[in-house]
Amino acid sequence: MSAAVDIRARDRPDRSIQLRRWSQRNSWTLSLLGLFALILLFTYLIQPSYGAAQLQGLAIGALPLAMAAVAQAIVVISGGIDLSVGSMMALTSVTAALLMKDQSEAFAIPVVLGVLLMGLILGIINGTLVVMTRVPDIVVTLAMSFVWAGAALVVLHSPGGGSADWLRDLVTGSIGSEWIPRALATLVVIVGIIWIPLRRSTAGLALYAVGSNRLAAFRSGVPVGRAKVLAYVLGGLFSAFGGLALTATTGIGTPVPGAYTLLGVAAIVLGGVSLAGGRGGIAGPIVAVFVLALVRTDLTLLGVNSNLSTVIQGTILIGVVMFGSLLTLRRART
Amino acid sequence: MSSRADMLSAGSSLGRAAGWRRILRDRPLIPLSALLIVLVVLMELVRPGVVSPDWVGVTIRAAIPLAILGACQTLTMLTGGIDLSVGMVASMAAFIMATQTGSQGPAIAISLAIVAATIAGVANGIGVGVFKVHPLIMTLGVGLVILGLMNVYQLIVVQAGTTIPPIVEWLGSGTTLPFLPNNLLVFVPLALLIIAGLRFSGFGRLLFAVGDNPVAARLSGVRLWQVLLALYVLSALLAAIAGILVAGLVKTASLALVEQSVLPAVAAAVIGGTSIMGGRGGYSGTIIGALILTVLTSLLIALQMPEAVRQILFGAIIVVVAAAYTRVTGDT
Repeated sequence: MSAAVDIRARDRPDRSIQLRRWSQRNSWTLSLLGLFALILLFTYLIQPSYGAAQLQGLAIGALPLAMAAVAQAIVVISGGIDLSVGSMMALTSVTAALLMKDQSEAFAIPVVLGVLLMGLILGIINGTLVVMTRVPDIVVTLAMSFVWAGAALVVLHSPGGGSADWLRDLVTGSIGSEWIPRALATLVVIVGIIWIPLRRSTAGLALYAVGSNRLAAFRSGVPVGRAKVLAYVLGGLFSAFGGLALTATTGIGTPVPGAYTLLGVAAIVLGGVSLAGGRGGIAGPIVAVFVLALVRTDLTLLGVNSNLSTVIQGTILIGVVMFGSLLTLRRART
Repeated sequence: MSSRADMLSAGSSLGRAAGWRRILRDRPLIPLSALLIVLVVLMELVRPGVVSPDWVGVTIRAAIPLAILGACQTLTMLTGGIDLSVGMVASMAAFIMATQTGSQGPAIAISLAIVAATIAGVANGIGVGVFKVHPLIMTLGVGLVILGLMNVYQLIVVQAGTTIPPIVEWLGSGTTLPFLPNNLLVFVPLALLIIAGLRFSGFGRLLFAVGDNPVAARLSGVRLWQVLLALYVLSALLAAIAGILVAGLVKTASLALVEQSVLPAVAAAVIGGTSIMGGRGGYSGTIIGALILTVLTSLLIALQMPEAVRQILFGAIIVVVAAAYTRVTGDT
């Protein structure tokens, strides 16, 4: 798990040791995947007709939150927290929806690129403010969440706009086998293209270094300010992906931010990212988002009052976090 | 990097600027009051004749629930925490009171509301104090659970309707003297208790100690979990009082009654000079912060700013004020 001390051995150990190390490092994510499989099995038992089409629906529903969780995870790994993710998603979503309404399919391509650029700029503003003012991240991003939500209302006063068909096609249906939802494939490709090369670069290592010990990172010559801004820029970029996902899955833009900021924080904690920074990855939070979405589906299938399912989800969140911190406490004592 | 910035600020802060910095650092109430007065003057300039004793009364009446919710944030922030469940706890207390008054009478209804709030506070306190869950996560999770439970409760009591007891209505929205609102009767003792308690009581000092250096506090024999448990119960009780007062003010109760005041309450505490990292701050600043935000809101409404612009300015002001504090106190 502690990827910050990822020392590459000079002489390559044999495959079994490599595999064991890999599974140790990803034990949390792997057990989450196991949990997902168990819940999936349970879902199949209570609803034998649950199949490929339902999985596609699950992936579509989970896509915006998955993007929000990735955005939050990167910022939290670098030792910050971004409470403006939901507002940035609302702002980018309405901007995309407004610009794409009644326009040609080709026009949507520059719109999508422009919205992603907008996410980068929002992230630069967040990160620069955090680094320059030296105000705690939580205060700056809380305040900026007002600013971005206000800006979203300026762009579009009530839900509306539209989405290009190709953008909608990018997240609906399946690819290859009918069991691979296209929304999931899109998510994996986007996250893979951006995160994997970065994770292996010096800049990615700097994110973890700054998150796990800011002072030590500074003294080792890591450009602390630049790493923090990078984290917020990536947070802004993935929030923009999340906003586009909202527009693509709903077909419109809604200026009022959803609960994506807080649900995203919940998902990354469940996904094994430490709120203290420096620990965790991106895969865990994404699996956690799918676990949460599937639990919600199951509760609906079981006919549980949808309000009680909120209670159960909240209890699961608290329970998991308590369990996690109990483990940490016991480890610290021994 | 930080040391370079410190040297730069030390170099430029010689002379008159140093005096201002010291005032802002040691006596934040003076510049905050000045800002409040500037806002009131601006209000008078925008709408000549609007500033009257009545207007002052209405403003104070609107600011008091925010100031009480700000107390929850101030106290928890002193220990390095935050309580984001106050919106749900306050709405829950108001809603339980309003739905039970019809069948049980006001006294039992209010007691039930207080009991429910205490349970929520105990849940928060156990999570944060015993299990060491991050306060942000714990209070959000508890808020989520309360929201779900209250939605179920709402379906159960759907026939009961909501009744606000006359005494609560009198306290929340009445004015006795020509302009002084009755909710001052609740707020003034509460505020004095919090300010004096923070300064003179052992519990108040423990909050500062825990926030300033939890390890040192633990090594000096502080039972951390007991302090945090008591703190989060206190915070939930304050939230319940705020919720009941809001219900008396708007003369109705719903599950979304107080939710939109949570972030402004955090803002009031931050503007008032309480550090979110713990160990520094006080309640008197938060009260002025709540007044500033209330006057600012009515000023922006008077200027006919759309809701969107109000939100943007709101956020910008929080960043600027927090940055000013950080600059003068040298905290990171």
